[in-house]
Amino acid sequence: MRAAQLPPAMTARLVDQVRSAASACRALKIEAGGTKAFYGNPTLGERLDPRECAGIVAYEPSELVVTARAGTRLAELESALAAQGQMLAFEPPHFGDDATVGGCIAAGLAGPRRAATGVASGGVRDSLLGVTMLDGRGAILAFGGTVMKNVAGYDVSRLMAGSLGTLGVVLEASLRLVARPAAEATLSLELDERAALDRCTAWLGQPLPVSATAWAGGRLHVRLSGATSAVAAARSAFGGDTLAADAAASFWSAIREQTAPYFDREGPLWRVSLPANARPLELQGPQLLEWGGALRWLYARDGAAAVRGRAAALGGHATLFRGERIGIPAFTRRPAAVAQLEARLRAQFDPAGIFNRGRMHAD
Amino acid sequence: MRISLEGTGSIDREQRTRTAAALARVLPSESILASDEETLPYECDALTLYRQPPMVVVLPSNEAEVATVLRVCSSLGVPVVPRGAGTGLSGGSLPHSGGVLLALAKLNRILAVDPLARTARLQPGVRNAAISEAAARHGLFYAPDPSSQVACTIGGNVAENSGGIHCLKYGLTFHNVLAVRGFTMSGEEIEVGSAALDAPGLDLLSLVIGSEGTLIVVTEVLVRLLPRPAVARCLLASFDRVEAAADAVAAIIAAGLVPAALEMMDQAATRMVEPFVRAGYDLDAAAILLCEVDGSELEVTEEVALIEAVLLAAGAARIQLAASEAERLLFWAGRKNAFPAAGRVSPDYYCMDGTIPRRQLARVLHAIRGMEATYGLRCPNVFHAGDGNLHPLILFDANDPDSVIRADEFGIAILELCIEVGGTVTGEHGVGVEKLNQLCSQFDASSRETFLALRRAFDPDGLLNPGKAIPTLQRCAEYGRAHIHGGRLPFAELPRF
Repeated sequence: MRAAQLPPAMTARLVDQVRSAASACRALKIEAGGTKAFYGNPTLGERLDPRECAGIVAYEPSELVVTARAGTRLAELESALAAQGQMLAFEPPHFGDDATVGGCIAAGLAGPRRAATGVASGGVRDSLLGVTMLDGRGAILAFGGTVMKNVAGYDVSRLMAGSLGTLGVVLEASLRLVARPAAEATLSLELDERAALDRCTAWLGQPLPVSATAWAGGRLHVRLSGATSAVAAARSAFGGDTLAADAAASFWSAIREQTAPYFDREGPLWRVSLPANARPLELQGPQLLEWGGALRWLYARDGAAAVRGRAAALGGHATLFRGERIGIPAFTRRPAAVAQLEARLRAQFDPAGIFNRGRMHAD
Repeated sequence: MRISLEGTGSIDREQRTRTAAALARVLPSESILASDEETLPYECDALTLYRQPPMVVVLPSNEAEVATVLRVCSSLGVPVVPRGAGTGLSGGSLPHSGGVLLALAKLNRILAVDPLARTARLQPGVRNAAISEAAARHGLFYAPDPSSQVACTIGGNVAENSGGIHCLKYGLTFHNVLAVRGFTMSGEEIEVGSAALDAPGLDLLSLVIGSEGTLIVVTEVLVRLLPRPAVARCLLASFDRVEAAADAVAAIIAAGLVPAALEMMDQAATRMVEPFVRAGYDLDAAAILLCEVDGSELEVTEEVALIEAVLLAAGAARIQLAASEAERLLFWAGRKNAFPAAGRVSPDYYCMDGTIPRRQLARVLHAIRGMEATYGLRCPNVFHAGDGNLHPLILFDANDPDSVIRADEFGIAILELCIEVGGTVTGEHGVGVEKLNQLCSQFDASSRETFLALRRAFDPDGLLNPGKAIPTLQRCAEYGRAHIHGGRLPFAELPRF
């Protein structure tokens, strides 16, 4: 069982902190590097920093699986994987040097590669194989495992992805890995929004090695990753200008980390998640489109109601990602039946309601 | 060891009449089956070792009727067992003697295929293979392909998180379902997931997929479709030793290659299948690997060469590349007909389903060979090697009670070994009623208590598919005691046919 892998000395203080907070019904704010503290609604409480639970526990490249403790720096994990020619399929944003594995899972944010189809893609949830966590009673629980296919018990480990610390503290996680692509190329094409969306839809409907797209200011960038021949063929079919390897790497890193010139703006930044092939948003404000159009960043000049209304009309939802949010909840409200179910689930993991109160939803 | 199951035994006639009458007030009478003759065909799914006729069968024809059945049963306190095509291999839709079997076969419409959004909206009774058939004219397909795909339905696939041969490259049901609509036991509508790539709030879709019909009854599924690759090629590699074949699997994965499928058959399996299918397998090989590569013509040519090199380095005695599409399909026909072939050479077979780390393949296959002698039963192996997902086929004779007991013990020994080497007792067939005891070994008490608590959050009265998927704490305590005492274990209430 997974729980046995964690040395008690590494978890003792965390367990104590949770137990005493639970007995006093005292709120805890789970925070390691604090790189994603801006994400979600603000939460108050005593800080619980799980970084003493750190280190890569097991990494067998031929199994395409790594097990790392929550406090491991994401950069450290990624460089260990890169040394073996492997990577995380979901290309997570760090938003700072202190980003940790635990925070990456709790935030559940994926980067540019989410656009790709096939196995070398998906979100954090799609790569999670197992999790060891600390619940609101101070119990260490283990779910999932380290193998590719596992349908024993409910998939609690995947439920942890994107749960923003509202169910418990991630202590350790096993993640499925993918090999770094044999070849990669980034092209740049001049297209307006509508044409760029249509082009992405056409590409993603064919067996092509598209692994990322980004459109802003009349220019569409597309990254191709895969077998040398497939990348070369797509590159000549797509046209446009090819970026030099260095320039391409820093381009996608700047998109992922939100350091690209587009993000050098003031005001509320909305993250609008839409079905593939959704129409243009037609809202006021500069946009950056990723994931073939399924993810749209917007510095909205319209109010929250207009942005959320339009997102819902297109079959998606809008998150107030960065910026002033007085009175505006970060996430779209769920239907009452779902919200009640979530509250009941949360009560099972955290009966005293101590973890990251209100971070995800006020209810 | 078998411990008595909840909901087995004789049917209370009075309660049957009462329940049928209550349902008849709100549903057309032809959707309710409440006589022994009518309900008997539903007494088992594909795990035929367990049989139990349901008290009442209900066949709703739309979503509103599903909700109505749930509300009525909920108010009467009558358990509900959902059922799709009945192809499940772990007894997940074994009926309840005091319950309603909710058969969803009539909800079988493909509601929409959207080629530009690359999605299909489906009712739960749509057959798995029908999805790819409907998507084919748009150059798209639905990736998960369990071997029962011509019969099994998407609702059942969601319940079991079904896999298949191609999940090595394209993922499980989990990775290919975007959203699910369904109803809780109280009849409340719940929608989880989103047509977008994420949804606000907790990822309830993760819990629902693979929950074996214990959390909600699925009434609509939105699946992701993928572009169909232009070309598929299949390599067939022969090995003189099973261990070498197992190591070749690890070597392919370690080289960063992702075949669309990577399957292994040992000699017992090829010899069992060949007379039946004439697939052209190398019957002298101790094991063969079937390795499929797909993509564009150029991509496939490049990858085939790389894989051939790895196979040769790993000691492949012979490599055949299917010369034509017909030969490629024939290679696969052998693999896909392994289960029927087992049924031809043996009166009965018991298909196991554990997943292990790939590096343990050689060790576990070797151990299974030893167990064949211990239990006096043959056990061909044919499985998803690339995922480390084993399907040992234990051959036995159900008419010989001793052989049934040995088959059962053999299966348990394999599953316990899977846990020991760091794997899981079920990769894709589910826990159902079959592996409740092994869950006691795989998870500690507090993790199991969390599962039960999650279940209560969806279904406080425990009426939806009770007794399946998650063992009660009491059951595990009983199993633990039996384990400690060891020796010859009791085989009490197992119905045998």
